[in-house]
Amino acid sequence: MKTILDLMRYSPPFRYGFIILLLTLIMVILSFFSPYEPDDRRAVPRNEPPSVEHILGTTSQGQDVFWMLTFAIRNSLALAGLAVLIGRGIGVLLGMFSGYMGGTIDRILSTLVDSFIVIPRLPLLILIAAILRGQMTLVGLGVLLGILDWAFPSKRYRSQVLSLRERDFTHTATFAGMPTFKIIVREHLPFIVPFLLADIVSGFLFAIGIEVTLATLGLADMNSQTIGTAIYWGNYYQALLTNKVWVLAAPIGVSIIIVVGFYLLSLGLTQYLDPRTRLARLQVKGTA
Amino acid sequence: MPEHLLEANNVTKIFDIRQGFVTKHFHAVDQASFTLEKDKPEIFTIAGESGSGKSTFAKMILGMDSPSSGKLQYQGRDVSSLNKAKKRNWFYKQVQPVFQDPFAAFSPLKRIDSYLHETFHNYKMAPASEADSYINSVLNQVGLSIAEIKGRYPNELSGGQAQRVAIARALITKPSLIVADEPVSMLDASLRMSIVNMFRKLKQDNGVSIIYITHDLATAYYSADRIAVMLRGWIVEIGPVEHVLGNPKHPYTQNLKASIPQADPDKTWETKISLADMEIAEFSRTGCKFAARCPAVMEKCKSEAPKDYNVEGRNVKCFLYE
Amino acid sequence: MNTIVNTQDLKAYYITKAYGVERTVKAVDNVTIAIEEGEVYGLAGESGCGKSTLLKVMLGEFQPPLTVVGGSVTYNFDGQEKNAASLTEEDRQEIRWSKVSYIPQGSMHVLNPVRRIQDTFHDFIVTHKPMSKRETFDMTRNYLRELGLPEKVMRSYPHQLSGGMRQRVTIALATILWPKLIFADEPTTALDVVVQRGVIQLLKEIQQKKNSTIVLITHDLGVHANLADHIGVLYAGKLVEEAPTRTILTKPRHPYTQFLIKSLPTFDERSEREGIPGRPPALDHPPSGCRFHTRCPLLLEKCKTLEPEMFTVGPEHRVACHLITEVGHA
Repeated sequence: MKTILDLMRYSPPFRYGFIILLLTLIMVILSFFSPYEPDDRRAVPRNEPPSVEHILGTTSQGQDVFWMLTFAIRNSLALAGLAVLIGRGIGVLLGMFSGYMGGTIDRILSTLVDSFIVIPRLPLLILIAAILRGQMTLVGLGVLLGILDWAFPSKRYRSQVLSLRERDFTHTATFAGMPTFKIIVREHLPFIVPFLLADIVSGFLFAIGIEVTLATLGLADMNSQTIGTAIYWGNYYQALLTNKVWVLAAPIGVSIIIVVGFYLLSLGLTQYLDPRTRLARLQVKGTA
Repeated sequence: MPEHLLEANNVTKIFDIRQGFVTKHFHAVDQASFTLEKDKPEIFTIAGESGSGKSTFAKMILGMDSPSSGKLQYQGRDVSSLNKAKKRNWFYKQVQPVFQDPFAAFSPLKRIDSYLHETFHNYKMAPASEADSYINSVLNQVGLSIAEIKGRYPNELSGGQAQRVAIARALITKPSLIVADEPVSMLDASLRMSIVNMFRKLKQDNGVSIIYITHDLATAYYSADRIAVMLRGWIVEIGPVEHVLGNPKHPYTQNLKASIPQADPDKTWETKISLADMEIAEFSRTGCKFAARCPAVMEKCKSEAPKDYNVEGRNVKCFLYE
Repeated sequence: MNTIVNTQDLKAYYITKAYGVERTVKAVDNVTIAIEEGEVYGLAGESGCGKSTLLKVMLGEFQPPLTVVGGSVTYNFDGQEKNAASLTEEDRQEIRWSKVSYIPQGSMHVLNPVRRIQDTFHDFIVTHKPMSKRETFDMTRNYLRELGLPEKVMRSYPHQLSGGMRQRVTIALATILWPKLIFADEPTTALDVVVQRGVIQLLKEIQQKKNSTIVLITHDLGVHANLADHIGVLYAGKLVEEAPTRTILTKPRHPYTQFLIKSLPTFDERSEREGIPGRPPALDHPPSGCRFHTRCPLLLEKCKTLEPEMFTVGPEHRVACHLITEVGHA
C-alpha cells in the first residue's frame, strides 16, 4: 500500500496512468448499473448527437453510446485479463522451470519457446478469425491471445532464473533443505515479480490492441460489445460519412486513452522497480 | 578399517576450455589428497591464491560439483554419487557451507531469520514448538540473539553480523563438517578476528571440523591445525600449520609467506621481486607448476612433475627434498 | 619541505533525496591534514570510514550528491596555491594526469576495453602534449620496460591481461607524465599477495625516482607499513590519529588504532587475539560526542557528548581523544 502511495506522489507517469485506469474501472463498474441491456436495439432515439440525456450520443441502431461503451470496456478488459492470465501464467511457469532444471529439459522447452516466438501472430489471428467467422467467442479469443503471447516473456523469466540459480543464496537454500520447487517459488519468484508486473501491463496492451484490430476488421465475436466491435459497427453504419462522428470518436478515444493509461502505468512501475534504484531504496530504509 | 570423516584421494577436476578449434584442458584441481578423521575435530586450511583451485575443491567437497577423477568420500560414501534425496536427508545435515559474501548468501528480499527457521524445520531438529528457543541457543553460540535479528533483512545487518548468522544457520543441523570458503575476506580486518576466534571455539566446544579456505595466511596461521597450500591445482605443501607456515619448505610457500605485508615496521619486505615472468602462462602440463618462477629451479623440474616427499613432519611436492 | 596538498576543516557530505526520503551522510566531517611534497601519506580506516570520499574531494572530483559543505582543499604546485573547488575546467585539464593523477581500485575503470593498451596511452598523452603516434608508442614502450612490463602488453587489450598486469598498466598510465601528486585508492585489494608486493614496490620505485607524492588509501596496515611515511587513521568520517608510520604501528595512542593493531594476526605467535566489539557506525546517524565512544573500552563520561579535538602528543603525532587531554597520556 505504501508503495502505491509513494508512486502516486513521486512518479507522474504512474499517477496519471493510475488515474486513467481508475476511471476505466469506474466505467466497468457502471456497466452493471446500465439502464439498458447490451443487446438492446432501438432502446433510445437513433442518431442523436451528444446531449444531456445521452452524454455521448446514440448510434444508428438506437443504442446509447455511453452505456454501450461501459459494456465494451468491461468485455475488452475481461478478454485482455484472460489472455494475460493464461499467457503470463504459462510464461512464468515454463520459463522458470526451464531455467532451473537446465540440461535437456531446458533445451527441449527452449526449442518449444522459440517455435512459438516465430509465429506471425497477427496474420495467424486474422486467418483463424476469418475461418471461424461467426463462431469466435470472447473467451475463445482470450484463450487464443494467451497462447500466442506467453513465449517471449518466458525467455526473460528463464534467463533470470538461470542467473539466480548460481547465486550463493540459492546454495544456502539448498543446504537449508529446501526442495527444488520451494526454492523456485520462495527464493527466485520475488525477483521475478517486478518484471512480471510490468509484463502484465504490456500483456494487457497487446491483448487490447489485437482485439481492437481484429474487431475493427470484423473478425471477432460481432455480437458482443467490445471496444473493437463498437468501432466496427460504427464504421459499418457509416458514421463518418453521415457525419455522426461521436459514434466512432468515443470508442476510438476510449481505446487510445486506455492504452496510454496502461503504458504510463508500466512506465512509472518500471522506473520504480529498476533494480538499481530499488536496491538503493532498500538501503535507505535499512541502515537507519 | 574405520572410515575417515572426509577422504580426498588424487582428486582432479578438469575444465575444457575451447579456444577456437582447440580445446584446452585446464586442471583446476590436480591430484589433491588429504584426509580428515572422525573423532579429531580440526581446523583444516586450504590456502592459495586466485586460480589455485581452492574454491573448486570446496565445491566438490560440498557436493556442488563432481571430480573428473579421483576419490572424494564423506564417511566412506562417494560424494558425487549421492542422489538429491540422499543429499537432502543425510549429507546436507552433516556438511554445511559458509560462503564468502554474507550478503550474497541470503536473498536480499527475504528476512534473514527465515533461513534459520527453514533449516530448523526441514531437518526436524526438534519439535516445532521449540523452534525459537533452539534457534536462539544456536545464535548465542555465535554471539547473537534472536531478538537482534528477528524480522530483519540482510542489508539491515552489518557484514560481521550477517556472517555470524550464516555460521549459525550452518550450525543448526549440528554438522560434523563445515566448509567455509573465504569467510572473512569481505570483512574489515578488525572484525575478522572475532569470526576466526569463533571457529576455534566451535571446534573445541561443538566438535565440528572446519575446512577453512582462504588466501590470508595470517589468519590461517592463527587458527588452523593443519594447512594445505595450493598452487594451480596442486597441493604443494601440507602439514601442521606451525611447520608449514612457521618454517616453510616449498619455494612457493616461502615466497608466499615472505610477500605478506605485516603491520610491523621491522618486518617490511627485504628484497624486491620481479613480476615480469609471473604472467607467463603457467599451464605447462609437464614439469613442476612453479618451475617458471622458482628461485631454486633445476633442469629436472621443467620436465618432470615432482612427487610428495615427507620432510620434517609435512609433505612437500618439490624435488629439493627428494 | 612544503605542503603539496592540504585540507582545512573539510566537511563533505552526501545529500540525497529520493521518493521523499532525505538522507545526509557525513562522510568526511571536519578533517584537517597537510601532505608534504615527496612523501607517501597513508589513509587507513575500515569500510565506511570516509577515506574514499576524502580522496574524491581531494581530487576535486565532486558532483552531487557529494557536496562540500565546509572547509577547503588546497593544492600547492610550484608555489602557486589553488583551491580545488574553484578550479576552472581549463585548470582541471591542465592538472589532470600531468600534475595530479589517480589510480583507482578497479583497473577496468581506467582502461578502455575496446582499445589496445598502446592506443589508450596515446590518447592520454596527447591531451597534454601533442605528439605523433610513433612518439607516444616509443615513450610508452620505454616506460613500460622501466617498470618491468613485457612489450607484448602494448598491443594487448585489457581483457587479455591478468588482474595484476592490468593494475600495473594502470599505474604506468597514471604516472607516465610524472605527476607530482598521485592518489591511489586501494590499488592492491583485489590482487594476490605476491602480485600485491610487486605493485607496492613498483609504486615505491616510481615515487623515489621523481620525488612524487603518493596519497595511499587502504585498510591494510601491512601495506602501509611497507610504503607509507605517515599514516592518518580515519574513523566514521573523522581523523582520529596521525603520525609517522613507525610511531603509529609501535606506539599508537588512540584506542581505535590500538585495538586495530592488536587485532591483526602475525606470524609470531598464535595466542588468542580479540577483535573490536561492535561495528562502525552508519554515517547518516553518527554517534554524538566522540564517534568511537560506542565501542571504546576506555570510555569516559564526556566522550558521549563532547567531540575530542586534535591534540599534539609528540613530533608529528596528533590524536583526537579525551584520554590524552584529560589524563595526559592514555
